[in-house]
Amino acid sequence: MYESVIGLEVHVQLNTATKLFCGCSTEFGSQPNSQACEICLGLPGCLPVLNQKAFVYALKVAMALGCRIREFTKFDRKNYFYPDLPKNYQISQYDLPLAEEGFLDIDINGRSKRVNIKRVHLEEDAGKLIHSQGSSLVDLNRTGIPLLEIVSSPDINSSQEAYEYLNSLKQIIQYLGVSSCDMEKGILRCDANISIKKKEDSKLGTKTELKNMNSFRGVRDALDFEIKRQLKLLESKESIAQETRLWDEEKQMTYPMRTKEEAQDYRYFPEPDLPPFTIDSKMQEEIRKTIPELPQQKMKRFREDWGVPAGRANILASSIELADFSEKCFNLYAKAENITNWICGPLLSEMNNRKQDINQINITPKNFVDLIIFFDQGKLSNLNTKNALAAMIDSGKEPGIIIQEKNLSQISDSVKLDEIVSQVIKDNPKSVNDYLQGKENAVMFLVGQVMRKSKSKANPKMVREILLKKLKKA
Amino acid sequence: MKEKSKLNQFTAHDLSGLIKDKKIESADILSSIEGRIKDIDPGIKAYVRREDSSSNTPQSEPALKNGILQGIPVSLKDNICTKGNNTECCSMILKGFKPPYNATVVKRLIDAGARILGLKCNMDEFAFGSSTENSSFGPTCNPWDRQRVVGGSSGGCAAAVAADEAVIALGSDTGGSIRQPASFCGVVGLKPTYGRVSRFGLIAFASSLDQIGPITKDVRDAAVALKVIAGLDALDSTSLNLPVPDYTKSLGNDIKGIRIGIPREYFVEGIDEEVKKVVLTAVDKLRDLGARVSQISLPHTEYAVPVYYIIATAEASSNLARFDGVQYGLRVEDKEGIPGNRLINMYKATRGQGFGQEAKRRIILGTYVLSYGYYEAYYLRAQKVRTLIKQDFDRAFDSLDCIITPTSPTVAFKLGERVKDPLKMYLSDIYTISANLAGIPAISIPCGFSKENLPVGMQILAKSFNEEMLFRVAYTYEQNTDWHLRKPMIG
Repeated sequence: MYESVIGLEVHVQLNTATKLFCGCSTEFGSQPNSQACEICLGLPGCLPVLNQKAFVYALKVAMALGCRIREFTKFDRKNYFYPDLPKNYQISQYDLPLAEEGFLDIDINGRSKRVNIKRVHLEEDAGKLIHSQGSSLVDLNRTGIPLLEIVSSPDINSSQEAYEYLNSLKQIIQYLGVSSCDMEKGILRCDANISIKKKEDSKLGTKTELKNMNSFRGVRDALDFEIKRQLKLLESKESIAQETRLWDEEKQMTYPMRTKEEAQDYRYFPEPDLPPFTIDSKMQEEIRKTIPELPQQKMKRFREDWGVPAGRANILASSIELADFSEKCFNLYAKAENITNWICGPLLSEMNNRKQDINQINITPKNFVDLIIFFDQGKLSNLNTKNALAAMIDSGKEPGIIIQEKNLSQISDSVKLDEIVSQVIKDNPKSVNDYLQGKENAVMFLVGQVMRKSKSKANPKMVREILLKKLKKA
Repeated sequence: MKEKSKLNQFTAHDLSGLIKDKKIESADILSSIEGRIKDIDPGIKAYVRREDSSSNTPQSEPALKNGILQGIPVSLKDNICTKGNNTECCSMILKGFKPPYNATVVKRLIDAGARILGLKCNMDEFAFGSSTENSSFGPTCNPWDRQRVVGGSSGGCAAAVAADEAVIALGSDTGGSIRQPASFCGVVGLKPTYGRVSRFGLIAFASSLDQIGPITKDVRDAAVALKVIAGLDALDSTSLNLPVPDYTKSLGNDIKGIRIGIPREYFVEGIDEEVKKVVLTAVDKLRDLGARVSQISLPHTEYAVPVYYIIATAEASSNLARFDGVQYGLRVEDKEGIPGNRLINMYKATRGQGFGQEAKRRIILGTYVLSYGYYEAYYLRAQKVRTLIKQDFDRAFDSLDCIITPTSPTVAFKLGERVKDPLKMYLSDIYTISANLAGIPAISIPCGFSKENLPVGMQILAKSFNEEMLFRVAYTYEQNTDWHLRKPMIG
């Protein structure tokens, strides 16, 4: 029985307005080199000045991951020559990263699994090279954007676990509001180390490093490919080369990166332009106070306090905004189950259709809850509740107004319903006959006809009752 | 004012008085300085002459009306950035480099009313040297004896001030680069406390050691200049947020009861007997003026030079990595037919041609001491010994106000004498390096002459951020001697 041993190295760009060591904007997608000052350019005589906000953001993530925060930390220089790195060294952290020894609990088929986090450190991003027509161009807009490196222990044992790890990590960081973690845009990047060993062996196998994955799915697929590839080699008693392999999304395979002539020696040493700093307990406490309730706790509370089923709780807690929306609704109207159903069903489908998230979509918890109350009181049919929801989102109006404007109010007046039902019975002798012959399904058709005639406003429960009563008489 | 052509000989504080009294104008000083440069600089070469002559004209109109340095010309070492004006560290690799910014010290000088000279002062390439012979523009000659070196690396600054081609010059000091040439040229040179003066805009040699400081004709000018350039700078995280005192208030003629230590390790083998005698005579003078002098020990002194050449070269190897031909300065393209990666070939060709021999030596040395397997044995151990050296001083200053040593073990040596012997060259900074390692301030002032009429410098060291003590002792000595008034005969 073989087991895969996976460690993930994740880089996340923090969404500070300005870069890590200068005042340049971090906005994505601007003209090349329009956001690159002399510090980004590494011009001689220029010095880095730490963006305190990036530092606080980094600490937030480290705390949310349960890390031990170092009281004394510093920056180091990582020296290597490359044209996307204007100083030819990267300001990073080496032996005293700002945080270590954290963990992330992931959910694997309903069971919780802990993945340990080795270290979290802050560094500057490099620029981008664009190769075209035999020449290479350098865009330094990305240079100096704060980058958080989060290194897991090799505690991950399947591609699915890796996928869940990334999702949970993304969710936590999004909850903190410090990064969008959009992997397609390169805001989150992930490299994976993977090796295979017999389950009973304690010695690890030879590992390969996987790069160039552009989505969480890509990470999962690359790992799956690599696990199969390594297994095949092991089974045919061939050796696995320790190497870096690149994922080819199109061909769905990994291939070895051009091997470097020799191993890189980064000659790390303490960055003399930035004095080391201490993070005292007071500062830690202040930052800790700003950390919101995280997804795990939130889901737990939704289950325990509001009786939301686990699967639904996961959905409601998928983003901090949706969780907040849900909770506001719960507080306005204690029927959490009804609210949950209306959020997970119609509301999410409206959001998907409109490609909007809960912040962008035009509805307040109060209006949403009022709508559900109309439904629960039998004042709106299911269909018209959905219609009203769409109209509310379109206009931002209160449900009461929408119902009035669109004349959606459910007909629960038995005299009125009696009239419509009688007409339907009159118009559909065949179905009435079918029913009398024992075809129970015919009732459904007749109810449907009443609904149609009433423009979906008839109270379906009452319609059914009246219809059955009348049919029995027939 | 009758002899406006001799204004170049005046100190800044004297010139300030004349400007205030409306006896002269800033332009008078400038034309006097320019005249002097024209007359004698071809023989001294304190300033570098570039093909691009537009950069040789004076910069900046005076900003204020009553700045501390209103109308006073200031000369800069070629590693201090001036906006749009060539700043090349006297290196081929930075040929044509015009920074798009002013160094913070330049900004502060301009804000104080100073006129920045467009011509820049000669230096050892990237400040790597002790004689200004490692300049891509060739060496500067000592105004006291043109067969001799000016010291370095701020040799151009020291020579310019000594030869009255400059009123005030700003140099940089990583291991003695202000003090040693000041001593060789008979002028005043101050290395402030690390963190006292912003390094923004100083092209880095060794970031944890570099500090900008003034080279002047007397102690008062040094105090005035420091007041202008010192203080916290948001652009330099290593600059400290401490108030900048009015240093001129320390210029009282009184050192009664001042406790001076003489470290025995600085007067052992290797020191020129004449230098020793001159400095000890100066110490006697201070004793006569009321100071309490005692012998002390700084036990880790002997490690200063090796520790320095590990830390300084390590940092330099990284700081100079950016000179790669990609963005600015020299680029030597890959030649057709050379095998290998075109980018790497360009790097190699550019750096191979762009850096001089001493720069290459230090880059290689620094790369070596940081490399895998050697880091612990060299860099890390050197950092530990650096702490011990610092502790030597901390302990000494528990019971002392200042320490006095020679600035350099010898007077100015002959041009070419040490070029082939880097170790011997490195030893000319043996007395100045410790102050950089410890981060403490130190000043070199003229304290006598050798038989061959070459100036000898005395170094005064104090604890961190106590430049006032340096000024007090140096000024008192100056008030009671006239070495600083002697001028070299240049004809």
